Amino acid sequence: MVSPKTSRHVQSRLFVLCCTIALGMKRFELFEHTADTGFIAYGRTLAEAFSNAALAMFSVMADLDEFGKKETVTVEVCENDLEILLVEWLNSLLFYFDTQGIVFTEFNVISISKNCLKAECRGEKYNPNRHSLKLGVKSATYHMLKVDTVNNTVRVILDI
Amino acid sequence: MKMFEKIDDYRWLIPQSYKKGMRVPGLIYANESMLKDIAGDQSPEQVANVAFLPGIVKYSLAMPDIHLGYGFPIGGVAATRLSDGVISPGGVGFDINCGVRLLRTNLNYDQVYPKIKELMDSLYKNVPSGLGSQGRIRLKKNEIEDVMANGSRWAVKNGYGTSGDLETTEENGQMAGANPDNVSVRAKERGAPQIGTLGSGNHFIEVAVVDRIFEPEIAKGMGITQTNQVMLLIHCGSRGLGHQIAGDYTKEMANAMSKYGIYVPDRQLACCPIDSPEGRAYLSAMRCAANFAWANRQCIAHWARESFCEALGMGEGEIGLTGVYDVSHNIAKMEKHIVDGKQETLCVHRKGATRAFPAGHPDLPAKYQKIGQPVLIPGDMGTFSYILTGTEKGMRETFGSVCHGAGRAKSRAAAKQSIRGKAVMAELAKRGIVIRAGSISALAEEAPESYKDVTEVVEVVQNAGISKIIARTRPLGVVKG
Repeated sequence: MVSPKTSRHVQSRLFVLCCTIALGMKRFELFEHTADTGFIAYGRTLAEAFSNAALAMFSVMADLDEFGKKETVTVEVCENDLEILLVEWLNSLLFYFDTQGIVFTEFNVISISKNCLKAECRGEKYNPNRHSLKLGVKSATYHMLKVDTVNNTVRVILDI
Repeated sequence: MKMFEKIDDYRWLIPQSYKKGMRVPGLIYANESMLKDIAGDQSPEQVANVAFLPGIVKYSLAMPDIHLGYGFPIGGVAATRLSDGVISPGGVGFDINCGVRLLRTNLNYDQVYPKIKELMDSLYKNVPSGLGSQGRIRLKKNEIEDVMANGSRWAVKNGYGTSGDLETTEENGQMAGANPDNVSVRAKERGAPQIGTLGSGNHFIEVAVVDRIFEPEIAKGMGITQTNQVMLLIHCGSRGLGHQIAGDYTKEMANAMSKYGIYVPDRQLACCPIDSPEGRAYLSAMRCAANFAWANRQCIAHWARESFCEALGMGEGEIGLTGVYDVSHNIAKMEKHIVDGKQETLCVHRKGATRAFPAGHPDLPAKYQKIGQPVLIPGDMGTFSYILTGTEKGMRETFGSVCHGAGRAKSRAAAKQSIRGKAVMAELAKRGIVIRAGSISALAEEAPESYKDVTEVVEVVQNAGISKIIARTRPLGVVKG
C-alpha cells in the first residue's frame, strides 16, 4: 500500500522521542507526522510487536509511570487480515479508556492466530486528582499502516 | 516543483497525468510562498490520491490551510456523483462534524475585560473539558438515540438554549436521515457519557473582541456592529461517538471495497458506492454523529450563557449572547451543484474545509438570504479569527467551500520540543490573553507558533474570489481542552 518513496520519507524523518529498553531491545519509536503521531513497534514475536504497539499508543496519551495495574481486562479481536486486526486491537483499548477511563500500562498479547488476537491488559482508572494525561488519541488509522511478519515490526499513525 | 502547474497567483494545478489512476486533476489554493511549504511534505500527494475516488467530479481540491492528514489531506474537498460516486469515511475524518459556533453579545471590551479572569474561571468550571472528562448530563437509557436523531432540537427541548439557536445552526442543528440503528453499541457507549463536553486537542472556547470590520453592512446583518464588541467562539465535535463510527465504517469499507472493484492507493481512503448498503449505512451513522456534535455545541453555548451571567453579574437579556452561526468543517453532505452546465446532486466531502454558501442559496436561513452564510475561521490562541461569507464564484469553483483554520505549520512533536507549555502561557499572558487549560503539555502542542498565519490563509481565499472577509476578532481568553 505504501510507496517506497513514502516509506523512505518517513524513515528519514524518524524522530525518536521515546524508547523503552527491555532486554536490550527497543520496544517502540515515535515519529512525527504533522498533525498526528506515528510509531514503529518491535517485538521478538508478532504478538510482542502488537503488545508494544499498544504500549506506544498509551505512552502518547499519558505518563505511564503514574499509573498502576489494578484493573485487568481481557481483549479478544478477530478480523479479516492482520492490518485490520492491529487497528481494531488498538481501537478496542481506546474504547475502554473512553467508557471506563482505564489507562493501560501492561499488555500481554497471548496469541495471534488466524487473524484473531487474545490479550490480557493491565492498567488503572484515570483519577484527575492524582494523574495527568497528555494527548487524546481519536483512533488508530490505516494510513501508512504496516504489519511486517518477517521482522515482527508494525507501523501505525494515530489520529490525535 | 514540476508537480504543479501555475494557473494564477492563488491556484496551482496537479495535472491528471501526474499519477496514473487520477480521475480528475488536483487544485490547490495557495500563494507561492505557502506552496513551497506545502510541497515540502506529502500533502500534495494526498490531494492526488483523493483524485482516485470513483465518481469524483471537477477537481480534488485543497484549501490554503492544507496539511498532511491520513488518507485525505486536512483542508481537502472532494465531490462525488450520486449516480456512480463513492462515499469515504476518511474524507470526513474521525471527528465527525467538528465545527465552530460563533455567538455575539451586546457588550464591549470595557464591560467584560475587567472581569475576564472570573469569566474564564466560570467557563472552565461550567463546561467539562479535557481528556478523560465526563459530562454533566446523565442520559437516560436509550436517550443517546434521541440525541443522534434530533441533534440540537434534543438539547433545546431539554432546556439547553432556545429555539432561536436552531435558526443560526447549519441544518437547524438536526440533519435528516440519521438512523441510530446504523450506529454500533460501542459508539453509543463511547458517546453517551460525553454529551456536553469540549474534549481535548485543538478544541476550545474563546472569549474574543471584534478587532476590525471589513464589510460593515454585511457584519451588521450578522449582529456584529462595532469594534471591541465581545464575541464567543466554540470549537468542538462529536467526541468518541464520531471516532467510533468513523473507525467502524472505515473498517467495513476496507473489507467491502474489493467487492465493488474499487482500488485506492491508501487504505484510509476506503470507500463504497454512495448507493450501496455500506454507503447508505455510513451516511446515516455519520448524520447521527453530526447531530450529536450540534447538540454538544448547543449544550456548551447554554452553559456559556450561564457563565457570562455568573461572572459579570448581568442578566441574559442585557448580555445578549445570541448565535451568529454554527457550521461544520468535517462532514459529507448531499448538495446540488452545477457540473458541465447541468445541476447534479453531489456528495461533497469536506475534511477540514467549511461550507461557504453565497447570498440567495435556498439552504440558508431568512436572515442570511441577502448577505450569505457566515463562515467561521478560527485562528490559533494568539492571533485573529475571521468571519467570511461565501461567493458565487466559490459556489461554481469549490462546491461552496473554503478553508477551516490556520492549518498546522509544525508537527506536534516539533512544536512540543521547541515550545514549552508554560512559556506559551507566559507569552499569551504578556499579551493579556487569559488561558485556562487542563493539560500544560497539551497547551504546548497548540501554541500559536505551531500554526500557519491565518491572515495569509483567508487572504488567499478572498483573493481567489471564493470568499469574502467580513470581520475579524482577537482573543481575550481561551479555555483549552
